Amino acid sequence: MTPRLLYWSVRRELWENRSILIAPLAAAGVVLFGFVISATHLPDARRAVLQLDPARQNAVVSMPYQLAAAALILTGVLVAMFYCLGALHNERRDRSILFWKSLPVSDLTTVLSKAAIPLAVMPAVVFVVVIAMQLVMLILTTVILLANGMSITTPGTQVPLFEMTVTLLYGLVTLTLWYAPVWGWLLLVSGWARRAPFLWAVLPPLAVCLVEKLAFDSSNFASMLSNRLVGGFSAAFATGAPHAFSRGLGSRGFGEPNLDPIKFLSSPGLWVGLAFAVALLATAVWLRRRREPI
Amino acid sequence: MPCVEARGLRKAYGSAIALDGVDLRVEEGRILGIIGPNGAGKSTALNAILGLTAYQGELKVLGRDPWTQRDQLMQDVCFIADVAVLPRWMRVSQALDYVAGVHQRFDRAKAEGFLDKTQIKRSSRVRELSKGMVTQLHLALIMAIDAKLLVLDEPTLGLDLLYRKAFYDSLLNDYFDHSRTIIVTTHQVEEIQHILTDVMFINRGRIVLNSSMEAFEARYAEVMAKPEHVAAARALGPIHERQVFGRSILLFDSVAREHLAPLGEVRTPSIADLFVAVIGADPSQARGAAA
Repeated sequence: MTPRLLYWSVRRELWENRSILIAPLAAAGVVLFGFVISATHLPDARRAVLQLDPARQNAVVSMPYQLAAAALILTGVLVAMFYCLGALHNERRDRSILFWKSLPVSDLTTVLSKAAIPLAVMPAVVFVVVIAMQLVMLILTTVILLANGMSITTPGTQVPLFEMTVTLLYGLVTLTLWYAPVWGWLLLVSGWARRAPFLWAVLPPLAVCLVEKLAFDSSNFASMLSNRLVGGFSAAFATGAPHAFSRGLGSRGFGEPNLDPIKFLSSPGLWVGLAFAVALLATAVWLRRRREPI
Repeated sequence: MPCVEARGLRKAYGSAIALDGVDLRVEEGRILGIIGPNGAGKSTALNAILGLTAYQGELKVLGRDPWTQRDQLMQDVCFIADVAVLPRWMRVSQALDYVAGVHQRFDRAKAEGFLDKTQIKRSSRVRELSKGMVTQLHLALIMAIDAKLLVLDEPTLGLDLLYRKAFYDSLLNDYFDHSRTIIVTTHQVEEIQHILTDVMFINRGRIVLNSSMEAFEARYAEVMAKPEHVAAARALGPIHERQVFGRSILLFDSVAREHLAPLGEVRTPSIADLFVAVIGADPSQARGAAA
């Protein structure tokens, strides 16, 4: 495997799956559309903010930025999930796997290039689009406030752009690592299922939950699954708050990022998940070598 | 070093045996046609050679084990599996970019030159091209790769006669240069007979006939017997007999032509006729009789 082969393999994924780039941009467009409409009553809103306790001003002002970032992250996660489900399935269904395999690209390189989309490309795309979107929102706000003769330098109403960016970067990295076994599972199912990879990815884990509940009246597997799907935030951030909204609206505000890398790196869930991810991807490589067109 | 060397190649899908102990040796510079009925094991044999399927037995392609070294092998091997494997979403320009990116022996200028002779636009997506144009595109990509072995599995399936002819003409005139080896399977046997140097019949996972074209021409003869000589011709033990316009055509294996000449017009049979004689005589293949 060489970087050149990996580079072209990833480029080819982006050619085929333009939604990886388009979906976050479209989501940013929707967010900006809503923000522009809200901007018509921005001066009134800002006057209302200035009446608040200074400790809460910051939280209210940065709320739209966090909401917008969360919307884009969610979009990225959903697109990456559907990408993974199709990544090793579509090439078998349309028989193009025979073309890809006629070129000197190993199955390992191919699977790694596909895993690189949710593990590296998607977070990078979301990061860049979020930053660009937040800058546009900030510029828009500044222009409107200045046009209405209002101050943009009131201390409590400063948007903490740097902290937000650091938090976004940290959040994306931790979320991506936390979800690594999810990506691995989806890619594995994609390479294995002859049809309906979505159902194969979703129903068997639910079946295990059901059987465990009926047989032992316990829900260890279910809580493990839900911890994997929604527990990333509480593993990476100190508050333990389940999601961004309540955190942003909380008394601590966004200006004091509560990143907790020590806790994240020392959580067994992270490392067990990564080990699972490696095993799942290795199986996907093994399958890619053996599976034939369907 | 032979280009392909197989010993005791076996492959079973459950209880169905696709390859039943095939021994095969293809020397460099040959054009081998593998002919067989549907389900005979042709594609399985090619897939094994290309590292697309696991197998039992010994197999070396250009000195490599195709199953464990497919990616290195594909530096030197090209294949066209059938007409519809180019990804439909891909643009022509992307296909050129991608192959140029991953294949060090790809000569982009050569591929561009070949495409310039066609109606194919660089900005088109594969799904917008006709079946014939997709094959032209694939051929343009393949022919620009300086490979040692080219494997073609039904490369012209579903194409009209003009595209089929152009395909094999390009292959012979622009590609084949006697240091390369080509292995091709097709049902349109008549169209490739003149380009082959070797022919192999395969049936139910076994090699039924394996011969160079020179040996083929020396060994087999066909006589359009004059009515008064039909009985004498039958006495020489033809392997097959058929009627055309009321005349008997008898096919002989290893019968000297000087014995046949007095009986009627003698000529070399087509591969297709020999195929019918050899494979069609197999009771399991007697579809017409059963129907």
